[in-house]
Amino acid sequence: MGIRIDLDKCTGCGTCIMYCPFDLIDLVDQKAQVKEGCNLCGACRDACSYDAIIIEAEPQPTDTGDSHQGIWVFAEQRDGKIKSVAYELLSKGRELADTLNTELCAVCFGHDLGEVEELIAHGADKVYLADDPALASNQEDLYTGELVRLVREYRPEIVLAGATSLGRSFIPRVAAILKTGLTADCTGLEIDTEKRLLLQTRPTFGGNVMATIICQAKRPQMSTVRPRVFKKGAPGNNRKGEIIKVDFKKERITSRTRLLNFVEDLTERVKLEDADIIVSGGRGLGKPENFSLIEGLAKVMGAAVGSSRPPVDEGWIPYSHQVGQTGKTVCPRLYIACGISGAVQHLAGMQTSDTIVAINSDPGAPIFEVATYGIVGDLFEVVPLLTEKLKG
Amino acid sequence: MNVIVCLKQVPGTTKVTIDPQTNTLVRQGIESITNPFDTYALEEGVRLRERYGGKVTAISMGPPQADTMLKDAISVGADDTALICDSALAGSDTWATAYVLARAAGEINEYDLIICGRQTLDGDTGQVGPEMAEMLGIPFIAYVSKIEEIENGRMQVQRMVEDGYETIETTLPAVITVVKEINVPRLPSLRGLARARSASIPVWKAEELGIDKNMVGLSGSATRVIRIFYPQRVSQAQIFEGSMEDKVDSLVEKLREAKLI
Amino acid sequence: MEYFLTEDQKTMQNLARRIAEERILPVRAELDEKEEFPWEIIKDLADSDMFRVFIPEQYDGLGGGCLDLCLVVEELSRACSAVAVSYAAVDLGIIPLLDYGTEEQKQKYLPDVAAGKRLAAFALTEPTAGSDASAIRTTAEKVAGGYVLNGTKQFITNGGEAEIYTVIALTDRTKGARGASALIVEKDTPGFSFGKKEKKMGIRASATRELIFQNCLVPEENIIAREGMGFIIAMKLFDKSRPGIGAQAIGVAQGALEAAVDYARERIQFGHPIISLQAVQHMLADMATQVEAARALVYAAARMVDSGARNVSEESAMAKVFASDVAMKVTTDAVQILGGAGYMRDYPAEKMMRDAKITQIYEGTNQVLRNVIALELRKRKGKRA
Repeated sequence: MGIRIDLDKCTGCGTCIMYCPFDLIDLVDQKAQVKEGCNLCGACRDACSYDAIIIEAEPQPTDTGDSHQGIWVFAEQRDGKIKSVAYELLSKGRELADTLNTELCAVCFGHDLGEVEELIAHGADKVYLADDPALASNQEDLYTGELVRLVREYRPEIVLAGATSLGRSFIPRVAAILKTGLTADCTGLEIDTEKRLLLQTRPTFGGNVMATIICQAKRPQMSTVRPRVFKKGAPGNNRKGEIIKVDFKKERITSRTRLLNFVEDLTERVKLEDADIIVSGGRGLGKPENFSLIEGLAKVMGAAVGSSRPPVDEGWIPYSHQVGQTGKTVCPRLYIACGISGAVQHLAGMQTSDTIVAINSDPGAPIFEVATYGIVGDLFEVVPLLTEKLKG
Repeated sequence: MNVIVCLKQVPGTTKVTIDPQTNTLVRQGIESITNPFDTYALEEGVRLRERYGGKVTAISMGPPQADTMLKDAISVGADDTALICDSALAGSDTWATAYVLARAAGEINEYDLIICGRQTLDGDTGQVGPEMAEMLGIPFIAYVSKIEEIENGRMQVQRMVEDGYETIETTLPAVITVVKEINVPRLPSLRGLARARSASIPVWKAEELGIDKNMVGLSGSATRVIRIFYPQRVSQAQIFEGSMEDKVDSLVEKLREAKLI
Repeated sequence: MEYFLTEDQKTMQNLARRIAEERILPVRAELDEKEEFPWEIIKDLADSDMFRVFIPEQYDGLGGGCLDLCLVVEELSRACSAVAVSYAAVDLGIIPLLDYGTEEQKQKYLPDVAAGKRLAAFALTEPTAGSDASAIRTTAEKVAGGYVLNGTKQFITNGGEAEIYTVIALTDRTKGARGASALIVEKDTPGFSFGKKEKKMGIRASATRELIFQNCLVPEENIIAREGMGFIIAMKLFDKSRPGIGAQAIGVAQGALEAAVDYARERIQFGHPIISLQAVQHMLADMATQVEAARALVYAAARMVDSGARNVSEESAMAKVFASDVAMKVTTDAVQILGGAGYMRDYPAEKMMRDAKITQIYEGTNQVLRNVIALELRKRKGKRA
């Protein structure tokens, strides 16, 4: 069990050393040697041309598959309005459900929710709805308890949720109680039809390395998915589905936290997530006052203002404008990056935008690798010029 | 006010680049660092001790070399440390890691608060904190940006969400994850460095903590990585030529053509 | 060059360098521009135990000596001389206490200084008394219960920001230099106020103010040693503190040298980086040699001070004179190597040149110090002991 090197096959070529993302292989007496701490990711084994690396894991029993059926999407809401990520996941979920030939259900907690039928229109066969005043605001203790209860009752094989601050807070708690596997921040979901397994792909090392993960034996297989990774499909207004009212009882769940209030950040005039066009500024702006250039261009284009991480860290602009790994993921029709070098952490938040324009004085800046159009130049010249031209 | 802080040693990825030709990870001698978000967790723990008294214990599940990270923790104020190091733990996923850390917390026994960083540089999941909370049966709050007050076994915090922040009250003990907006981590002190130099880091094995080996390591983990690959990035950008005016004009033309403006 | 520092000294040096690079470097230009006292950095230094370096262990210090102080000052000065001198001046302010104070006085003041809670300053200079220190006019008249101070001190580093001042004043006007005494005066003592902050050429983030005493009553127990000891205390103080100014000078010179090398490697003219030009190479080589020589001299003088040697006047003066002259030359050359850019405030070189100048002036002008060195030579009648 574990990793070992077949010393007869190992030629000491050192390829595995180059491929190990954790720098845990040494060359000792011309043979590869794996240091302690290896997490058996397999990058070296895949890279070895001599099949000299063997990773053995005890075979895990695959679940019979019959006892768990169906794909669930947790439909998040705020103030009675269902968030876009729910529809994005239903779109993808519909695809997965069709491949598995199983049903797709939405799970929704809230109070006086408006558009529950929309969930069906976007692909859900069923909607499990828990409607109660106690669930109106995102009380995580209640959400955790209730979702666990429903999963235990109805036994879905896959549960998906948005990797929002809510999703990333309470879904791990659900997974822990159910003693099942959870993969966070997935950017890709596929089905291995042979093994009836969900293949969950996600970025690691800030996006430098992609990993595909499976949850072989435990059920449900759980994933959180970043907003705007999948596209919200068109509603099919002829779709039929069932709305099942869930019997929610607050008293069943002990809650030890209380949400006292929510303060909205109102500096975003146009909300980043919903914007069609985003103009972003980065470290190249040099000082906080220069964000006025970005705002000027954004105003002319009716765009939202975004930022990479350095300006937020410096306090030039609030965190709600941050696009990237630890900020928001956006997917507008047009993303204009000004003075942003394009570190992987930033790209992770915007690289799926339809059209990307990069403005940077450094022709080698990584942002140009994902851009559709690029201007190599001083942003202090280009941005005002562009603003002028668009005004006229 | 006794605090446990969970730290992870991660590769310092700032030096990681992708070789465009081979599409492999190019490492220029990657050094190991304390996961940056965990330094904010540790700083908050030390500040709480300064405010309310008590003890800060820094713990980590990791390889033997993680002891240098725990020594760094002492140099910035941690009172005690523990390294849970056992080959049986290799390949653990977040559930298994949370299980191990929860057992370690149980061993420490007297604590009011467990603080974790919001996510790691290499894993990026942010799952260990909430999973630990459930295993210990205590409340959990993510993305804490400010601890407002602690009184009579209750804590009030501010935490960040996408579009603003929420104020939440909880009973203690509890688990929280923190964001970098919460504080500015201090530099070590000379006395701290001296203490760190002479400190010996206790190492705990899985057996001592009563860890069920079937629930950890590669075979004990519900999830496993089956494939690692490096994202393809082929540059197909159209870079405009000519004078600055020309370049901007070309861009405007393209955007108009695509009906983006 | 290897100076065979101890583990503790290397730890101190490394930490000071981290503070310089992470906390001082990002804000030095702004502090200089706004002439703002670096309180946040003072706090960082305090939190990192840097003020404990020059305080004995029994007063919550780490028991370091002159060389330890020099190592810290040099690292801080490499980033910003103004911050370095604000730190070093605290040591200047308490050395008299360390060497001549009573146990009660030490217990009362030193722990707070060690914790970085209270800063100190030393006050000798007056409008009529710069190099001619004995021409001071501030009086400290003995009255029941203490001394009443009247007079003005000029150009006092940390003036207005420090809370503990060691002031040299005349307790007996008839005795000339022998009539001066050293007294501890705390901020907020009635009759003690400050003049405006001076606008300086360099070290602009450092606070330089006049101290104004108008019938300021200072308690009896605040006199250091006894009446008449003032000038001896001051002279002994400067012998010990001059290596610290030398350290400040080599720090700024080192910073300038590095800036010049970095620039010369990147600046392309005539198709090549200018570092490939022999003229530039020779300038850099001379700069580097001078800085190293200055460093070796400062460290040697500091080690002499730490050894407890009775007379360190000559070596201490040499270290300060040589290092400050080197700093002025090296920073000027650095501006020259940066060329037009060196003249612009967006680049760090011009600040370093402005900062270096003061090291040739304060704590004994280099002219006075050359007198000190020559005096020692005369005493020895040219023969080495």
